[in-house]
Amino acid sequence: MTLKKTFTAATMLAGAVTALSFMSAGAAQAQGELVMYCGVQEEWCRAMTTAFERETGIKVSMTRKSAGEVYAQVKAEAANPRADIWWGGTGDPHMQAAEEGLTVEYKSPKMSELQDWAVRQWEQSKQRTVGIYSGALGFGYNTELAQSKKIGEPKCWADLLKAELKDEVQVADPNSSGTAYTLLATIVQIMGEDKGFEYLKALHKNVNQYTKSGAAPAKAMALGETTAGIAFMHDIVTMVVDKAPVKVVAPCEGTGYEIGSMSLIKGAKNMDNAKKFYDWALTADAQKLGADAKSYQVPSNKSTPVPPQAPKLSDIKLINFDFAKYGSSAERKRLLSKWDNEVKSLPK
Amino acid sequence: MARATLGWIVLSWVGFALLPWYGFERSSAATIADYFVSGSALVHGFRGAGWLLPILVPLVMALIPVARPSEQRQATWLVASGLLGLALIVLQGFTIGLNGWTLDILRSLFGEPGPSQAGMGYGAALTSASFLIILCHGLAARGWCRGDAFVTSSIGVVIALIVVFVFFPVTTILASAFADNNGNFAPYEFVTKFLDKSIWGLDCLSSNLRCGVAWNTLFLGLLVGVGTTALGLAFALIATRTEFRYKKLLRVMSVLPIITPPFVIGLALILLFGRSGALSAVLWEWFGVPRSRWIYGLPGVLIAQLLAFTPIAFLVLIGVVQGISPTLEEASQTLRAKSWTTFWTVTLPLMRPGLANAFLLGFVESLADFGNPLVLGGNYEVLSTKIFFAVVGAQQDQGRAAVLSIILLAFTLGAFWLQHAWLGKKVYTTVTGKGDAGIPLPLPRRVALASYFTAIPWALFTVAVYAIIVVGAFVRSMGRDYTPTFEHFLTAFRVERGASGFYFSGSAWDSFFATVKVAALSAPLTAAIGLLTAYLLTRQRFSGQRSFEFGTLLSFAIPGTVVGVSYILAFNVPPIEITGTGFILVMCFVFRNMPVGVRSGIATLSQIDKSLDEASLTLGAGSATTMRRVVLPLLRPAIVASLVYSFVRAMTAVSAVIFLVTAEYNMATTYIVGRVEAGEFGLAIAYSTVLILVMLLAIVAIQLAVGERRLGRRSASAAPSPVAVQAIP
Repeated sequence: MTLKKTFTAATMLAGAVTALSFMSAGAAQAQGELVMYCGVQEEWCRAMTTAFERETGIKVSMTRKSAGEVYAQVKAEAANPRADIWWGGTGDPHMQAAEEGLTVEYKSPKMSELQDWAVRQWEQSKQRTVGIYSGALGFGYNTELAQSKKIGEPKCWADLLKAELKDEVQVADPNSSGTAYTLLATIVQIMGEDKGFEYLKALHKNVNQYTKSGAAPAKAMALGETTAGIAFMHDIVTMVVDKAPVKVVAPCEGTGYEIGSMSLIKGAKNMDNAKKFYDWALTADAQKLGADAKSYQVPSNKSTPVPPQAPKLSDIKLINFDFAKYGSSAERKRLLSKWDNEVKSLPK
Repeated sequence: MARATLGWIVLSWVGFALLPWYGFERSSAATIADYFVSGSALVHGFRGAGWLLPILVPLVMALIPVARPSEQRQATWLVASGLLGLALIVLQGFTIGLNGWTLDILRSLFGEPGPSQAGMGYGAALTSASFLIILCHGLAARGWCRGDAFVTSSIGVVIALIVVFVFFPVTTILASAFADNNGNFAPYEFVTKFLDKSIWGLDCLSSNLRCGVAWNTLFLGLLVGVGTTALGLAFALIATRTEFRYKKLLRVMSVLPIITPPFVIGLALILLFGRSGALSAVLWEWFGVPRSRWIYGLPGVLIAQLLAFTPIAFLVLIGVVQGISPTLEEASQTLRAKSWTTFWTVTLPLMRPGLANAFLLGFVESLADFGNPLVLGGNYEVLSTKIFFAVVGAQQDQGRAAVLSIILLAFTLGAFWLQHAWLGKKVYTTVTGKGDAGIPLPLPRRVALASYFTAIPWALFTVAVYAIIVVGAFVRSMGRDYTPTFEHFLTAFRVERGASGFYFSGSAWDSFFATVKVAALSAPLTAAIGLLTAYLLTRQRFSGQRSFEFGTLLSFAIPGTVVGVSYILAFNVPPIEITGTGFILVMCFVFRNMPVGVRSGIATLSQIDKSLDEASLTLGAGSATTMRRVVLPLLRPAIVASLVYSFVRAMTAVSAVIFLVTAEYNMATTYIVGRVEAGEFGLAIAYSTVLILVMLLAIVAIQLAVGERRLGRRSASAAPSPVAVQAIP
């Protein structure tokens, strides 16, 4: 009798396990014809997916993750890649993946239509990643708070060091956020390494919090949790469009920028479709979709209309950002550990 | 030969000769023929995959005892067959991969690239499971565990599952602690990373610098552990030992935080206490308290974690408090002890297993928590977020993440050892089969007052937090624009009426359905495996029990991010290739949440006298029957706790699933994280309220389905009505 019960119990367990694996098989078969990892906001990802499906009839399975998460996943899956294309997200992880050979080179027929910065990045990465949009770094401030605290309008990076802004500036931690690393690299390139670190040490006194995510300071400004915040200008613009009392500033000394990129995954199972998507994503029609989805970056195709809300690149003094040097993992490690030891460990 | 053993031998043949040995390619649809015979290991074996044929040897070996029932050597044949079968399957699985040989030695010996094979399918799974059970039956026949095949099989199955879904992935990733970024062995790097000042620095004691992240984490964990245990005890005492009028309400409210998706409590706290938060505004305008940023940092994370984890302590403690036999307390009173003395020397010591478990869970949860420190941490860094950003941040240093995980793991396991040492070998049995006619004593005055004074303000605070959440879902933009709107719900959950019935066009529906499905599948599995393990740990004696217990805790101790990455590393390539499926999500949840089932099971079981089981066994019932008819009904509080917990955690976990979600199986939480990142707090909160409602319904359903435990105790009022309610199974 005992064994009969045992048998029933064991069979039930086996049954459950089998049923589950059936479930998994069903899921596995239903995979689409193009698997995309998307690194921008959900709306934009969805808009791209549906537009491409409508245009080509190729079914897209899209998963949205932050750029760092996509990189970690692509690296973990390297032995048996799941994705075909990685579209969007800040350039650093794309460059890193290119350096490690996780992505493959491709020359799209649309390359001639692109802005110089997009082509330059493509060349620097040995043709493994291409720019699809760019956004300049800047800062913003909460106008209501600035008024009540009687803080004059900050216009330059240097203005963020003012004593009135003590504990009023927010920026992300460069260890966790690509945005903040862009700031680090930008300051070093504008002021030189020694003076740049002097600046960052002085800024440290005014920083109330090093956030984890790069766009968090923009949100904190909108909610009135901090007076000033450093972030990509398009992230701050999103808050302005959302009617937050925030003003965007393009720093007078000049500023760095990110290049949102696109890469083909090495060993992609649907490489032909991925290339079709690649070519399509570089066209003006596809790049127009960003502005509709409330993302105000500057598109890389010359003929794409720049959204009116986007920060005008002509009004911004852009520095000649050396992506090859500051995107390499050796230089990044060196700068980050220097920042950790010389800036972050300082008393407030 | 037992019928069950025979059955498993048959199943091992079915798995080998009939069912498809390999998983299917994703792109092509399988036909019926693929399911039967033609895809089986036998056919593959003769068509070139010759390495599958040796598995026939153990299969035949298992048949020998069937053919020749000579009692003496039967067991030995079964054990040998099971061991050899498992060894062969593992060996061929790990040496022959998707792209040929997996080991360099084999490549140089036999040439590149060598044979290749896909991931295992149903056939391989069934045959492996059968070999395992055959092995366990053989061991039982050799007299292990008093010859109880149910016990040996259970131990075998639990160990096998833990090895496959915990040890295997975790060792994969922890090995990277000893490697540099290119995968080469580098022990020196491990030492440098491990001794880093940002981890162990003690500067905050002597100056105004920050302390190392390890101390931060430990300090927060201790505070949260003590705090949740105290609050949970206050709630549990009020709910079971007082005449408090709003008990039901208190219970519901104390459970609310556990069913709240991550980020939401943090967001609500910011909207209340942030610099421009609602309460801060009131304090500033009425009392002139300057607005400040105090919520960001230790205070904020502490409050959020206390809110989030008190319910776990409550769920553990309520079962324990209910289980304490009033007889002992009555005895104490008869001996003229004052009610305070009784509480302090009898009631409280009897609660020790519950208190220790509640503390352990609070501590471990705080260590593993990711959402709250992310939103509220400010400059107070803890290991879990640090690990996450070591993987996905600008450093992209998986080795560092592994080192930090090892530290986190060490803390958790340390807490586990301490708890064991504290509980010692004392006996906490209070539920026995003997006539037990006590009435629970009313609480001593000061304990009751203390409980009220802790619990009621806390409950009111919880209400305030949830009021903010509900308001946030229905206004345009919390904190800025309080125009009422349904816009967030419409965006997420729009249902349109199309030509062919209803069409779910809201953007949240996909992730919503996937989440409910995964949660509903993983909850019963988690509870079953967790309670089975608890039963084995408390009721059976076998060698290696301690390390077994350790293994069950391991997955809980490891931060979600690490689990997520380790699952990809381990399960993306053959032999077990399950990434991108719903199955991997279910398994991830089952083994992450199982420890709660185990802990609450152990806490409840250590109160139940073993003589109850023994009586059942003496009367001729087997282990399985005893478990079903005697132990399980007494375990109802633990069943409810683990079912509720695992369902809820499957719906609210973030960090583990970020790497496991796919287009098909997108989880609600990753959707919410995306919304929070985009600054759409309204939509995030609206989705969360819907999830909260679903989870409330699920909890009520679980309570109804499992029912309450009936202990033979008188109630103070002789009203018969509660009995009628409780009679429902």
